[in-house]
Amino acid sequence: MSLKNLTFAAMTAAFVGIAGAGVAEAQDKLKVGFVYVGPVGDFGWSYQHDQGRKAVEAAFPGKVETTFVENVPEGPDAERVIETLAKSGHKLIFTTSFGFMEPTLKVAKRYPNVMFEHATGYKRDKNVATYSGRFYEGRYIIGQIAAKMSKSGTVGYIASFPIPEVVSGINAFMLGAQSVKPDMKIKVIWVSSWFDPGKEADAAKALISQGADVLSQHTDSPAAMQEAEKAGVKAFGQSSDMVKFGPKAQLTSIVDDWGPYYIKRVKAALDGTWKSEDFWGGLKDGDVVMAPYANMPDDVKAMAKATEDKLRSGAMHAFTCPVVDQAGKTIECKGGKNLDDGQVLGMNFYVKGIDDKLPQ
Amino acid sequence: MGLIEAILITVITASTPLLIAAIGELVTERSGVLNLGVEGMMLMGAVTGFVTGYSTGSVVLGAIAGIVAGMAMAALFAFLVLGIVVNQVASGLALTILGIGLSGLIGANYTGLRLEQKPPAIFGALADLPYAGKLLFSHDFFVYAAFALVILVAWFLTRTRAGLTLRAVGESHTSAHALGVPVRRLRLYAILFGGACAGLAGAHLSLAYTPFWVTGMTAGRGWIALAIVVFASWLPWRAMAGAYLFGGVTIAQLQVQGFGLGIPSQLMSSLPYLATIVVLVIISRTRTGSSAPAHLGVPFWPDR
Repeated sequence: MSLKNLTFAAMTAAFVGIAGAGVAEAQDKLKVGFVYVGPVGDFGWSYQHDQGRKAVEAAFPGKVETTFVENVPEGPDAERVIETLAKSGHKLIFTTSFGFMEPTLKVAKRYPNVMFEHATGYKRDKNVATYSGRFYEGRYIIGQIAAKMSKSGTVGYIASFPIPEVVSGINAFMLGAQSVKPDMKIKVIWVSSWFDPGKEADAAKALISQGADVLSQHTDSPAAMQEAEKAGVKAFGQSSDMVKFGPKAQLTSIVDDWGPYYIKRVKAALDGTWKSEDFWGGLKDGDVVMAPYANMPDDVKAMAKATEDKLRSGAMHAFTCPVVDQAGKTIECKGGKNLDDGQVLGMNFYVKGIDDKLPQ
Repeated sequence: MGLIEAILITVITASTPLLIAAIGELVTERSGVLNLGVEGMMLMGAVTGFVTGYSTGSVVLGAIAGIVAGMAMAALFAFLVLGIVVNQVASGLALTILGIGLSGLIGANYTGLRLEQKPPAIFGALADLPYAGKLLFSHDFFVYAAFALVILVAWFLTRTRAGLTLRAVGESHTSAHALGVPVRRLRLYAILFGGACAGLAGAHLSLAYTPFWVTGMTAGRGWIALAIVVFASWLPWRAMAGAYLFGGVTIAQLQVQGFGLGIPSQLMSSLPYLATIVVLVIISRTRTGSSAPAHLGVPFWPDR
């Protein structure tokens, strides 16, 4: 039932959004469309994409006009929303969720003169580019910080769904932690949701009551941060800087900053140099940004900064070989010194040292 | 003691919004009206509660504002289903959609803000009593309000004339109407009560449970409250049992995951729903006939 009403809501939202966009405007402006899976007010994933959209508006005053449609369910509805944007004169369209992959490709075939950009996907076409962020780089850094800051030797990790992006995040976190403290323990709780503040708070409480004194999360709300603040333990934010919710608790946040990429791509579209490519930006490109390191001693800060610099310059990789899985098997090293992008994008195993079974 | 106490306290927090919303909907349904807009009313209660709490610095005022917002939404619903006799299912769904959109709009400028104030602990020093002091007396007023509501509603529905009349209206509005009972007025009161409870439940989420506002923060709890009413076979005490069963299993599965026993998380996440279904089956086998109010969801035209 809830799915149905979401669909209704999305349809209404889509209709209103596009009707609003239909108002006449100057011909010479480039119309850029954004499709979000969640509400712009989620203070997480969609919120950060919308910040990127605003950065585009600010960067090209008078030259671009942006439209966004929020709360678009992944599936057939998305195709209709994307098509409506293409039909109403949008020349560059960003679709910002994994589940928009097929709908984007389908619409792109029908509108060869419109440029499409799909976030976190892996299928491209002449007029469909893909982009994502190397968030695992940030997770390696916070793993190191966690190992330094945890007194109990146990960290808690609130996860959403066992998809490769989340699994590679847990592994990068653990590898970072082990580089500081080899016998680090981790407790993972899957809340089976990207966004359920109540449940995220409950998971945080469960982890704290079981002795975790540093929390990390791969879910979108600041609920866990707030629980950490209340309980007097430390935590890492996700997607956006959550320091307001945990002034004493937040060590840092892995912030998704889509602004630089969106500006670059809109500029390319304006200049006529846009072409389909795959972009996977990390710390180096400014896609992944670490919020200010706080609530930790200076030596830990210095260590985190040094690691951040090395990851940025490429002197270091979060998945440096040998990477050993839970069974003790060494993973084939396809990238020379480290695992290659394909292995990270399709990661479906836990590294050694995680005492839990990965849900398949 | 430490861990078990922590778990029990979390269970109480997790169950409270479900219980408050369910008890309100139970009264509405007992009067023969099915209001599927609980989720929308909760969201409106949550956003209004947060905005008021944030602006005034008072959690209590926030809770009151949440109640008023829930009632305002319920009043709109009452106008549709009682005034112009629109289909109740459609109106309820529309109310939810309206609540999702409107709450997002109202809360747009309040996203990412933190509420500093904590709800007042009404039993104060009693929480420091040894053994069960913390477990019994450390909660915010929402928790005790939920218990009070269960007791009051149970007493009202079985022990008062007005309560019995309300039930009669739900069982057969034609008979009640023939006897001169003001069917629509009683239903209006029941709908408003349901809205007030949903608003309070939403305010609990944004003021106490996770004190901030984000769009769609109820995350389906309104629908679960509706399910709990059915689960409870429209009896207040069972609604309490249902809310606590659901909350309890939710927390238990999170705890079990934390211990890393290697049970698939997908199975664990579905446990609260499985447990609810199992109990539902057991209850329905031990009783004869349906316990739903006979005129639940049936439209009423007083002049026919």
